[in-house]
Amino acid sequence: MTRSGPLRIKKLLPVVKVREFAEGKSVLLVDKALASSEKAGNFLTDVADVTLFVLRIIRETFSPKFEYREFFHQCFKIGYKTVPLISITGAIMGLVLTIQSRPTLDDFGAVALLPGMVTVSLIREIGPVITALICAGKIGSGMGAELGSMRVTEQIDAMEVSSTNPMKFLVTTRVLAATLMIPLLVLYADALGIFGSWAGANIKGDVTFSLFFAQAFNYIGFIDFMPALIKTFFFGAVIGIVGCYKGYNAGRGTESVGTAANSAVVVGSLLVIIIDMIAVQITDMLVS
Amino acid sequence: MKTEPVIEIDHLKKSFGTQEILKDVTLKLLKGENLVVLAKSGNGKSVLIKCIVGLLKTDSGTIRVFGKDVTSLETKELGELRNWQGFLFQSGALYDSMTVKENLEFPLRRIKRDLSEVQIREKVEEVLSNVGLAETLDKMPSQLSGGMRKRISLARTIIVDPQIMLYDEPTTGLDPVTSDEIISLINVVQEKYKTSSIIITHDIRCAKNTANRIVMLSEGQVHKEGNVEDFVKSDDPLIRSFFL
Repeated sequence: MTRSGPLRIKKLLPVVKVREFAEGKSVLLVDKALASSEKAGNFLTDVADVTLFVLRIIRETFSPKFEYREFFHQCFKIGYKTVPLISITGAIMGLVLTIQSRPTLDDFGAVALLPGMVTVSLIREIGPVITALICAGKIGSGMGAELGSMRVTEQIDAMEVSSTNPMKFLVTTRVLAATLMIPLLVLYADALGIFGSWAGANIKGDVTFSLFFAQAFNYIGFIDFMPALIKTFFFGAVIGIVGCYKGYNAGRGTESVGTAANSAVVVGSLLVIIIDMIAVQITDMLVS
Repeated sequence: MKTEPVIEIDHLKKSFGTQEILKDVTLKLLKGENLVVLAKSGNGKSVLIKCIVGLLKTDSGTIRVFGKDVTSLETKELGELRNWQGFLFQSGALYDSMTVKENLEFPLRRIKRDLSEVQIREKVEEVLSNVGLAETLDKMPSQLSGGMRKRISLARTIIVDPQIMLYDEPTTGLDPVTSDEIISLINVVQEKYKTSSIIITHDIRCAKNTANRIVMLSEGQVHKEGNVEDFVKSDDPLIRSFFL
């Protein structure tokens, strides 16, 4: 080897290092790009899956031989069995809102507006959203866990080979029951919230129920009531669809049951908030 | 001679992603026979019967049940064909939220729609006493042992008088005594209900005591076909590993 050999290698080393660094970085970038495109692909696949799932629910709802018995059973399970939880929550909502608002209204000498303010808040926003979030937790997770465990233990397959359409029997009935029962639960929670508010107003005051009720409903109009009621149907549908989708498409292991229940609550709650935001915007546009 | 085939599987292939489970399976189930499909775990036994009943879609090949190709049937036709098939799941697959009685009534009310309430009750009592569990009528599945659940599941399968029975690992997870009871029930069902059955198993006791014919699967293909004696006398190392 000539004397210039090692010298040349020494000079080349930084170039080689730079090239290796650049190659490493480019490989990393390609990997990241591939991972991102895979994630985007998975997201699109999920969106397509959910869309097909919803379309199938709609088709099964209007196809013959509706599962009335299972539908009423689900209405009982979703509606009646959630009543105690909603009763406590609804009453406490009204009570707390009244107790918290009273000092501020007192400062402005507007305590007389308390029944109206609390009732409008309850009916327009707090009642529907809190009830829907509680239902996403109780009903959504229940559906995810129940259908997930039925998938894992092959009960859904058993149903399919028994000439029963599991989409119709298990999914459609649950989604429709949730769509119908959650608005009713919201109305019930609103009513108990107003009752709780009256109880709260009586802690530091003395108001008869009829006076409180009359004052409260002076401030309530059609535009407060109807949009709030309509959005609860969407809350119910979304909670039912997400719970059923997650459970029905659960994996084969027992771990997937927990995952299905958990993601039913998380996704369901998130969608309730998003729908609420959209509903508020639409109502605002319609009013103004 | 019982030679009329009720199920004909021809060059069946099924993969999950890049994993080929069934590479090329060809077999027949003859009328009135108990055909045992023997294979190690993970060789596609359960996949095979789920393809037969249409729970899994095949990649290629044909599955003819009573002459109808399951792979090309519409949902409604597939449902009608399933009315003649009974499927005993590995886990039993009893509906957790229903009592034993409701579990048994469930397929009956959907498949045999013309039955009266009295006939339904009689049928439920009949199949329950056939599996020796008449006293469990109002119990929930969670109150039953593994063996009892399997027997109730078998009762739920035979209640609709199927012509073909598909057993997915009927004795897996059971003690030898309960396994023997299930084996005996499989033979009783064949005799009493004149069924043709495919029994998927890796339990050699079950295979020996129920099979009229055995098909061994290995690496997604039929490795050997014959009667119990052929298998017992075979020098094939794979077969010896099962039968020794």
